[in-house]
Amino acid sequence: MSRLLCCAAMLLALLSTGMAAHAAPTDAPKVPDTLKQRIASCTACHGESGEGSDNAFFPRLAGKPQGYLVRQLQDFRNGLRHYAIMEYTVRPLDDDYLREIAGYFAAQDVPYRTHPVPSMTAAQKARGEQLVTQGDKARGVPACTACHGSNLTGVQPDIPGLIGLPYDYLSAQLGSWRTDTRRAAAPDCMATIVSHLSDADISAAAAYLASHPIPDDPRPQAAGSVTMPLRCGSVGS
Amino acid sequence: MRASNIAFRAALALGMVLAGFAVAHADPASVERGRYLATAGDCASCHTALNGAPFAGGRVVGTPFGGIPTPNITFDRATGIGAWTKDEFYLAMHEGVSRDGTLLYPAFPFTSYTRMTRADVDAVYDFLGTVARVSRKNDEPQLSWPYSMRSLMSAWRLLYFDKGEYVPDPSKSAAWNRGAYLVQGPGHCNDCHTARNSLGATVSSPRLAGGLIPVQDWYASDLSMAKGGGLANFRQQDIVDLLKTGRSARGTAFGPMAEVVQMSTQYLSDDDLAAIATYLQSLPPRPAPDQGNDIDASASMARGQKIYADSCADCHGVSGTGVAGVYPPLDANSSVAEPVGVNAIRIVLSGGFAPVTAGNRRPYSMPPFAQKLSDQEVADVTTYIRRSWGNNAPPVQIDDVRKYRSTPTY
Repeated sequence: MSRLLCCAAMLLALLSTGMAAHAAPTDAPKVPDTLKQRIASCTACHGESGEGSDNAFFPRLAGKPQGYLVRQLQDFRNGLRHYAIMEYTVRPLDDDYLREIAGYFAAQDVPYRTHPVPSMTAAQKARGEQLVTQGDKARGVPACTACHGSNLTGVQPDIPGLIGLPYDYLSAQLGSWRTDTRRAAAPDCMATIVSHLSDADISAAAAYLASHPIPDDPRPQAAGSVTMPLRCGSVGS
Repeated sequence: MRASNIAFRAALALGMVLAGFAVAHADPASVERGRYLATAGDCASCHTALNGAPFAGGRVVGTPFGGIPTPNITFDRATGIGAWTKDEFYLAMHEGVSRDGTLLYPAFPFTSYTRMTRADVDAVYDFLGTVARVSRKNDEPQLSWPYSMRSLMSAWRLLYFDKGEYVPDPSKSAAWNRGAYLVQGPGHCNDCHTARNSLGATVSSPRLAGGLIPVQDWYASDLSMAKGGGLANFRQQDIVDLLKTGRSARGTAFGPMAEVVQMSTQYLSDDDLAAIATYLQSLPPRPAPDQGNDIDASASMARGQKIYADSCADCHGVSGTGVAGVYPPLDANSSVAEPVGVNAIRIVLSGGFAPVTAGNRRPYSMPPFAQKLSDQEVADVTTYIRRSWGNNAPPVQIDDVRKYRSTPTY
């Protein structure tokens, strides 16, 4: 009888260890089933709400038009826009997922960071202001505001705002059109515009934009609210 | 006038129909089988440039000897293979000899495709005949001297090329033979999953025993599921899951394998995936790898443990268990414990998403740490991961991290 009990106890013990081995480990973390959790790879650099960082490498994504963000992600994936870690990160993702991720950041509404304002001479400031608000007709350069909105907050659904971005990021992006590390779908209107700018122009425009105050309503303008002076392959379908 | 016009139109229509027949003469079943085999062989991956037309070539395959741009294999007559006969196509696949007699470089894995049956190669030909034809001239290889001398290939072939179709082993099951055929032939798994010697041949280590992929600098795991093998803790279902969805209970596909899953293996039938797993289960045990115990890593381990607790344990668990279906376990994960350490280093630096597949449409991702951790910290945490729980792989040195921090990530 005691032998039987002993056997039964042993059997029970064996069964329970067997069960323990198959049960989920008790210290397995609990992971929320949210998009935010899934895209930790994005938010590690761009911030949980896409608020961006203080440096020139991880720009703000929050509140940018969804169409613009999707296109940038696709351009990284398809080799039009170059930045190694971004190209690597988006390569295994498809359009549906990129659209969802872009939607997440487009929907974020968080305060803008302030960035250090670069020092400008009066002449630089004047040239920057001219390029941003008036353009340079003689050189075929339209004003930034002509497409990016009168307050530079961008236009739904495809045109990004130019506010709240650090000088280094802005000047690097303008420069990258010249070095062919950033391209857009043809006709690449930004490439055309940048080809008409001197290094000093790029610097002045970037500095002026970086020092531009954040408007009270920083949201992109409504779709169709600008008449673009150039045709851009990256705008519209 | 009107009659001759009608006659002309009729002749034209007849001509078009005939031309149509000439194009679409291939047996539809053969075309479909060819499509499947071309997918299993992941032909499109190499023969398509980034953002380019499918099969029109132009992607540069990096080798230690220089870049080799893939050719246009659409049926454009002037720039593709539209003028090739089935015999000529078979010669290239089976013997690595091009239509004009050029000896092809083994960046084109004819050393594996030679195992494919004639009927299967013909089916791939039939399928390629249905792909949209693209006019795109081939680029010249960018090989450095002396590798630029094609004539060297005849000596290379003598040394390293073993021609011949797969011969089924009657003592094994049909599934095993199918798996062996897919792995050794169209799947050309051995072309990454083994070490290459200084002349780029895959003969210096056992088949499928794992190796560093030249230029790309990712370590392709040992595929043995037996004792000491890289997949020793995988069950058959884990292999099937990983190939079908990009993730499994034991590990997640990343780097070049993520692309292989996304472009190729996710589309294979469940029977074929099970057959592949059946074959892998028969690979022999491997000798115990070097554990690097001659190096005192205790200080690095202590620092690494702290970094792990701060930055990794929230997702991978304090015991490296991961979260089923979400984050891979790090304990007993062959990619973590591979001999070189490059996979762990690069994943810590760059993070990344699991590939989007039909079975995993919204994958989770790992954040990059390159912007957060110093080279020493990356060395410490990867050393900790590689030597904790059931893992016992050599520690990672700071110079290794330095080297791979600057490796291009694509």
